[in-house]
Amino acid sequence: MKEKPILRKAEEFLQLFKKGEEFTKGLLQENERLRYRVAELEEALSQSENKTRLQHYEQHIKMLEEEIQSLKQRYRKVEEENRDFAKKYIEVEEENNNLANLYVASYQLHSTLDYEEVLRIVLEIIINLIGADRFAIMLIDEKSNDLTAVAAEGLDTGALPKIKIGEGIIGRVAKEGEGYFPDELVHTDNIDLQKPMVCIPLKIKEHVIGVIAIYSFLIQKKEFSNVDYELFNLLAGHAATAIFSSRLYTQSERKLSTIQGFLELLKDRK
Amino acid sequence: MPNILVVEDSPTMRQLISFAMRRIEKAKVIEATDGVDALKKLSENQVDIILADINMPVMDGLKLVSLVRSNPSYKDIPVIIITTEGAEEDRKKAMAIGANAYLPKPIQTQELIRLVKKYLETN
Repeated sequence: MKEKPILRKAEEFLQLFKKGEEFTKGLLQENERLRYRVAELEEALSQSENKTRLQHYEQHIKMLEEEIQSLKQRYRKVEEENRDFAKKYIEVEEENNNLANLYVASYQLHSTLDYEEVLRIVLEIIINLIGADRFAIMLIDEKSNDLTAVAAEGLDTGALPKIKIGEGIIGRVAKEGEGYFPDELVHTDNIDLQKPMVCIPLKIKEHVIGVIAIYSFLIQKKEFSNVDYELFNLLAGHAATAIFSSRLYTQSERKLSTIQGFLELLKDRK
Repeated sequence: MPNILVVEDSPTMRQLISFAMRRIEKAKVIEATDGVDALKKLSENQVDIILADINMPVMDGLKLVSLVRSNPSYKDIPVIIITTEGAEEDRKKAMAIGANAYLPKPIQTQELIRLVKKYLETN
């Protein structure tokens, strides 16, 4: 009878132990499940961080691309500005050279009062700065009112015909005071002394004193440049003034010398 | 400081070329009116480049080039010919004598400055 309670107790303890075992097994399973869940959550969290980082990188790339575009635009603008500056620099250089040509021509024209020297300087300017080959300086003869050659290059001055005011191209330029220029420069060996390629009036204000008649240009001269027209204008005014004043000066010098000669003669007679 | 010898009988051209050459930094321009005058200036100065016309009185540019090339002291000086003679045979003749470059008139001063700078740099 005494064995029964012990057995029952043992049975109860066994039952309790089994329950404990089951409970422990349940705890272990739960622990395993929770570990798995934690791993899942960690994975999810990691993926979420990657996605955020990716978005951040994408935004950064977009920003950099925009910056590249903006830099490219600025580069194009600067490049365009550089081209403009280079173009302006060339224009300024050209203008500078043209002004140098005009300055030298003007300086030389007014550097002397010697009539022959002024004529030589005008010839020099036309040859060296304009590039003319055959041409003549013709002045209006005060007595006959005809245009007469006073200096020439590549032509015999004496062989050049006298031209009446208003007659042909040369006479018309002298009458109207307007220059005669061709549309394009043509090289030819045959020249007509009545028909120059270019004819420039020599004017003091509106008063024409003569013309420069150019019949041909140096073979290397292919076209007229802006400075040629500037030089034609400069010659029209400055060469006219230089020729006119030097001629007057030379004439007055000659008269003065004659008068002085007479005075000396009178002194000797007394 | 480069010394540039401008040999030209025409005062207009001489002044124009000298004017252009003075635009080269630190350049000193020495002027001569013909070949004989140029040889005198060569003996008196250390010249780095010669710019010479062909048609000149007393001694022309071609004679000057041949004398410069035959003189051991001057033979390496670059010579640029500036002339109204624009025909190809004139250019060939000048180059055969020993000119380094040939510029027909009317000259473009930018072109002349560029050419002079080139020879000054290479020399």
